[in-house]
Amino acid sequence: MNYLLKNGRVIDPLTDHDGIADILIVDGRIEAVGKNLKAPAGTEQHDLTGVVVAPGFTDMHVHLREPGFEHKETIETGCHSAAAGGFTAVCCMPNTQPAIDDPSIIRMIIERAKKVHQGVVDVYPVAAVTKDRNGKLLAPMIELAGAGAVAFTDDGAPVADAEVMRRALEYAGMLRKTVIQHAEETSMTKGGAMSEGFVSTALGMPAMPRAAEDVIVARDIHLVRSFAAQYHVAHISTRGAVDLVRTAKRDGLSVTCEVTPHHFTLTDEAVRSFDTNTKMNPPLRSADDVEAMKEGLRDGTIDVIATDHAPHSYDEKEVEYVYAPFGIVGLETSIGLSVSELVLPGILTIAQLIEKCSVNPRKILGLPELRIEPGARANLTLFDPAKEWIVDTQKFKSKSKNSPFHGRTLTGKPLGIFNNGVLFLS
Amino acid sequence: MPLSSRHLLGLDGIPSDDIKLILDTATSFREVLERPIKKVPSLQGKTVVNLFFENSTRTRISFELAERRLSADPVNMSADASSVRKGETLKDTARNIEMMKIDMVVMRHAAAGAAHYLSQVVRANVINAGDGAHEHPTQALLDMYTIREKLGTLQDVNICIVGDIAHSRVALSNIYGLRAMGAKVSVCGPRTLIPAEIDRLGVRVHYDLDEAMAGADVLNVLRIQLERQDRCFLPTLREYSQAYGVTPERLARAKRPIVVMHPGPINRGVEISADVADGEHSLILQQVLNGVAVRMSVLYLLGTAN
Amino acid sequence: MNIKARIIDEPGFERMLRRLAHEILERNKGSETIAIVGIVTRGEIIARRLAKMIQDIEHRELQIGFLDITLYRDDLRDNLKQPILRGTDISFDVTGKNIVLVDDVLYTGRTVRAALDEIVDLGRPATIQLAVVADRGHREFPIKADFVGKNIPTSPDEEVRVLVKEIDGEDAVLLVEREGGKA
Repeated sequence: MNYLLKNGRVIDPLTDHDGIADILIVDGRIEAVGKNLKAPAGTEQHDLTGVVVAPGFTDMHVHLREPGFEHKETIETGCHSAAAGGFTAVCCMPNTQPAIDDPSIIRMIIERAKKVHQGVVDVYPVAAVTKDRNGKLLAPMIELAGAGAVAFTDDGAPVADAEVMRRALEYAGMLRKTVIQHAEETSMTKGGAMSEGFVSTALGMPAMPRAAEDVIVARDIHLVRSFAAQYHVAHISTRGAVDLVRTAKRDGLSVTCEVTPHHFTLTDEAVRSFDTNTKMNPPLRSADDVEAMKEGLRDGTIDVIATDHAPHSYDEKEVEYVYAPFGIVGLETSIGLSVSELVLPGILTIAQLIEKCSVNPRKILGLPELRIEPGARANLTLFDPAKEWIVDTQKFKSKSKNSPFHGRTLTGKPLGIFNNGVLFLS
Repeated sequence: MPLSSRHLLGLDGIPSDDIKLILDTATSFREVLERPIKKVPSLQGKTVVNLFFENSTRTRISFELAERRLSADPVNMSADASSVRKGETLKDTARNIEMMKIDMVVMRHAAAGAAHYLSQVVRANVINAGDGAHEHPTQALLDMYTIREKLGTLQDVNICIVGDIAHSRVALSNIYGLRAMGAKVSVCGPRTLIPAEIDRLGVRVHYDLDEAMAGADVLNVLRIQLERQDRCFLPTLREYSQAYGVTPERLARAKRPIVVMHPGPINRGVEISADVADGEHSLILQQVLNGVAVRMSVLYLLGTAN
Repeated sequence: MNIKARIIDEPGFERMLRRLAHEILERNKGSETIAIVGIVTRGEIIARRLAKMIQDIEHRELQIGFLDITLYRDDLRDNLKQPILRGTDISFDVTGKNIVLVDDVLYTGRTVRAALDEIVDLGRPATIQLAVVADRGHREFPIKADFVGKNIPTSPDEEVRVLVKEIDGEDAVLLVEREGGKA
């Protein structure tokens, strides 16, 4: 099937293109980009007036829950959710059961993903740093990378031991792979359900200090300084951690980081509702931290927007706040929150948003570059940056509905993706 | 003029008129408690469940007495006897309670926010009898009643709460309630037991007890949990008792009339000396008496409002 | 308030109370064994007046108390407006006393029923007698006043209002149209 996408606003940061153009796709490849393109007979045509056509978005932090927690999400439902959210690629985290610490699991995940909607969403597994994610023995990184692991993390838990972290950075660095750290000094966060501060005091809630994130990021940056490696901070959430990454970048270290939409949108004030969908790890922080996230996004300290999509079934979340599991789903609200909170207030241009959702994560992970130019494979995200819509979690394609954004009006809506020769329209 | 809410979940944000109504109404129940027959028929036919997921004999008995003296039918459910241990969720427990046509639920729970949660899933009136380190509104109300009874007012009275502020629902509810009623509140304890940014609740923070007592009319002394040493909140109880224990010597040094309260149960000789607990400064037994009257007041006001 | 008739005016009110005081004394052979209990709020004021008159006649202190029957009301559960508790204040032992219960208007008898229950919870009086300023009929319980200032036959669309100086600035008994339309 051939496609002609007409009158879209084509924005490609890599080729520095931003303008209205038609895109002709033949056999999954871009045949031509330009004005008033003529379509060969039998071409499916779509008018994309007012729609942004961008290189395909990659969410580098997603929990697909399979294997082990299929009641929360499966590779199939997760891929549908990604497609509906405008992502052509997701990186799935290894805190599954069993953990992704064996090449066979990686192959299984990739195989299953290829069968979902003709493989329109690429799933790139991120493997565990340590065997069983227990923080003690390194996982077989050469084999894992060989099977398709694009990075390494023990996400959900930090690599706590400094020596293990040093060796992981060295070993992964040898493979030109990034170690992604869930930065949390767990001795300081035991039992905590939210960020420590005025609101946790006012609610009498067991809390986690911001310093617990900062000390791990600081330590890791010193390790990167000493043992040259690629290091990425997952779901950064404190001003302190952003400042540390900024300094590390200035010093030329290979240090990158990502922020979630909820960490640049919500503050810990949201916890006053006792809505368990405001409980995540790292927790929602103060207004000052949210400000720091926006500054970091604006000045480039924060490279990537990633959702930390963390599905939980409804009954797991319908419990007392302190007993609820951490995490919220994010794939289907990411573009809406990013446009509403970052593009509309002028913190990022649409082109910069595309860098943080497509160009930068792929660069960090060593994934193929995406370009919108003749000859390139068509890998596209389509979204309407002006469309207002109301979040209805019941309409989510994800198996889980645990989002604090239900009922919120957002501007910017994903309309579809094109990847691997397949057009998916939501 | 009823209360502004169907539930009593906490004193955070509660209108001062509500507090006043509860305290004024409690005065009527203090009179009932002096009668030969200490019982009125106001809540006849109402069933109240005392749902205690945490052990607290004193609070449960105080509530149960209050319920019986209003002629309500109390049903007691404690964590040991209930199915909670078998993994039944609070939501399921609540739904079962709902099917049993319960009118009111008094709940003690280890998790902050549990009472808020319950109030969203049952139709019954919910009274929070303590949720984690969040709130314990009836304790604060009885403390306030006791202070008002003794000093005539709460306006501009200086109250210092001493001890483990960071893990205390009593402290937090007292701060909210007392601030709403125009009292001046300070907290005193070692820095490890003072929670982050508590000054933003409008309270002064002291690390030195003598300094705190120099301006206080009332000391509300909290029970120190003996296991706080395990997570490095305290080095030793001996040191705590020397630095923060309320003793007759300290009261004499303060050179002003100070009354002493304690929510109980007391660790004699740790946070408060026996002489003080049993002495002329102590309002501790008065608090117990007022506790029943204040809880009757809350049950009555919630149970008879439509 | 739409006044249909002024049944008793200020001088008449005073005379009526004086008569009630004498009747109470006559029935009880003096004031030695009696105690006056007013039902708050208007019954409380009338009780104070009656007590003063009786004391002036008898030249002896009279025990007086006040009853807030709110906690004993039978309509607490379906009453739309929650009444404010004023509290009961009876500082003497009612046991063995001849209690004269005082209220402004006797109507359905439900208030008196609640008052009887409450007094019985306080002790075991020798007798309980009832004195009211006005009896407007329409009893729902088998209750009868011992001392009545004025019997006023009414329709359900009417109400009897007893005004007292202490609250209303004047003493009077009025027949008024029921507020909020017909019954």
